[in-house]
Parts: sequence; structure tokens; C-alpha cells
Amino acid sequence: MLTAQDLTVSRGGIPVLESLNFTLNDGAALVLRGPNGAGKTTLLRTVAGLQPPMQGTLEGAGERIAYAAHADGLKTMLTVTENLSFWASVFGTSGIEDAVQAFDLSALRDRLAGSLSAGQKRRLGLARLMVTGRPVWVLDEPTVSLDAVSVGLFADAVRAHLSGGGSALMATHIDLGLEAGVLDVGPFKARPRAALEDEAFL
Amino acid sequence: MIALLLRDLRLAVRAGGGFGLGLVFFLIVTVLVPFGVGPQTDLLSRIAPGVLWVGALLACLLSLDRILALDWEDGSLDLLATAPLPMEGIVSVKALAHWITTGLPLVFIAPMLGVLLSLPLEGYVWVLVSLLLGTPALSVIGTFGAALTVGLKRGGLLMSLLVLPLYVPTLIFGAEVARRGADGLAVATPLAMLAGISFGVMALLPFASAAVLRINLR
Repeated sequence: MLTAQDLTVSRGGIPVLESLNFTLNDGAALVLRGPNGAGKTTLLRTVAGLQPPMQGTLEGAGERIAYAAHADGLKTMLTVTENLSFWASVFGTSGIEDAVQAFDLSALRDRLAGSLSAGQKRRLGLARLMVTGRPVWVLDEPTVSLDAVSVGLFADAVRAHLSGGGSALMATHIDLGLEAGVLDVGPFKARPRAALEDEAFL
Repeated sequence: MIALLLRDLRLAVRAGGGFGLGLVFFLIVTVLVPFGVGPQTDLLSRIAPGVLWVGALLACLLSLDRILALDWEDGSLDLLATAPLPMEGIVSVKALAHWITTGLPLVFIAPMLGVLLSLPLEGYVWVLVSLLLGTPALSVIGTFGAALTVGLKRGGLLMSLLVLPLYVPTLIFGAEVARRGADGLAVATPLAMLAGISFGVMALLPFASAAVLRINLR
């Protein structure tokens, strides 16, 4: 279970979202909604542990999170198999076969990641989530550059992950057909804080 | 950790990986210096240890911005930071991979290039020893510089300016070992200083590099 209490996240020292409270149960998915620049990515990076929260607490994050950002983190000069095997050994899991099958990458196995199309790269980046073996997926716009069939593959993978007791927190505008809670971050937009900004000028 | 090291080594030797860049630069410098100095063998053999050390240092500097910048650009640095590896371990492995692909080849090619600079016979062993002891320090310090400038566009220039002063002690004692060795003098003191610098930065700097990298990734 992932719990955020009174969470304030900041970007460059300026609060973006404040007083966030949410709970993500095992087996559940939570979709973040909000306009561009609302702070969805900042929230996801905070949950992933890349930056500390400005205020409030996050429980059940840390070593349980598998994070997928805008960039897929692929090495263009390594093959699909080599990319996945690398992450499998970093996360101490074995077997990339499930991930390859789930995202229909078996025909691309020995292709260099650099020679894949944008959608294929994304599929490889998402397949990486499966080899991490971590229970909480934190996804930032996972369906960018995916075609309809691949979005279906991704939705199936998320559904399988949820039914296995995992959970997912994602920022996406596409309806994946999942039974997911929706968190609109709009109302949590941080008020400008004069005192804080003054401090920055001191 | 081993997986990360193997990946970095594999990437370095694949096309576009940058392996050999430093080596070729080192070769060019040492080939050109005799032409620049002119046919004065005695002068050349006197400056040979210093030229070899400066050449090796610059060759090392040339490839520093690849250590972390490539991983930062394609997003894998973010993913590594969320992986179950300590950040200190990541930067140490990165420095080690840089040393294996850049520093170590320089160590072994330096004696061969010493011939071009008519390095005195007694100097070969000490050039080899001093570079073997000194180049790890160059890689570790360089990784610190790379961590400081990782998010910056065209950060290479800033990094060179930051890293060069930190390289000076290693250069002074490294070149001193090689020079004294070539002149047949006692090398114990500069050798001990060089070893001290090398092991000191290897023990301490990864913590600093990891700290600045965490801040840069925010």
C-alpha cells in the first residue's frame, strides 16, 4: 500500500502541488489527471524517490517503486535482449521472457534498440517494468507513441500486474479500460508563497 | 554492479562508444611533440616523462563528459537512481569503467610512445608505474566533475575548468615519479604522495560524487 499524507511537492524549490492525500491499495490503479504543467511529473518523480517531498510523508514507496519516465532509458547500441537483461540483473530478477512475450518483442529480440521505431522503443521501455519485479509501477505518460494494439498490450500487462497484487500510479489521458481511481491534481495546485520566495532572494 | 560495469564496457567498445578516442589523442600528442621540439634528443628525453603525463591527462579529460552525460540524456540515469544500487556504487562503477576503457590502455601504450620521445631506459618502468597508480585518480576525480555538470547543456567546458585544478596534484607527483625514475634518482617520496592521492580520492570522492548527482537529478 502506498500512502501520501499532506504531501507537498516542489520543482526548483517552488511548491507545485500541496496538501495531497491519497492511498493506493495493492491491486489498484490510480490515474493522475490535470493539464500540462500541473505538476504530475513532479509528483511522480517525488513518489519514485528522485527528489524528496517538501512537506508531508510518503509511505510504502522507496524500494517498492518501478519508475518509467518520458525517456525510456534504452541504450541504442545494445539489443532488445541485452537492454532487458541488463535491467533484470540490476534488479536481481531472472527471466525476461514474460516481458518479451507480454509486449510482443520476440521478433525484435536481436535488433539494436537504436534501430527500433518510437512505438517499439516505448514497448521495450515498458517491458523493463516487468523485469524489475517491483510491486508499485509509477508511470509517466506510458502510452505516448503507442498504437492502438500496443496500448491494448500495455493495458493487459497492467491488468496482469494488478491481479498479481501489484499496483500502478500513472499520469495518462487515455482511457485504458482499467478500473482505476482518478486523482485530479488541479485542486491541489500550490498557492504562491511570498515568504518562501523572499527567502530565496536572501 | 557487475552488470552495470559489463554494460558500460560493452557500450564503450561498440560503434560510437568512444573507446580509443583518448588513445588516439595520446598518440597524436606524443607523435607531434618531437616535431615541435626539433631534433634535440637530449632535450626530448629530459621532457619525455612530463610530456607523457600531460598527454595522458588530456586524453583522460577528453572522454570525461561521456561518463554520465550519455546516461542522463537517454534517461537511464534516473532509472539507475531508482534501482536497488547505492548511488556511491553507481559512480564508483562508472569511474572504474572509464578507467578500464581510457586509463588502462594509456598506461600500456605510454612505454611504447616513450620510444618516440627517446625516454631514457630507466624511465620506462617508472612511467608505467606512475601512470598505473595515477590514472585511477584521474578517472575518479573526472567522475566527480561529470556528476557536478551532468544536467548542463554543453557542460564539457565548465567541467574541464572545474576538473583541471583538481588534476594538478596528481600530475605534479605522477610526472615527478616518472622524471626521477628516468634520471635514476630515488622515487619513494613522490611515489608515496601519488599513491596517497590516488587511494584518498578513491575512498572519499565517490561519496561527494553521489551527493552532487542526487542533487542534480532532482
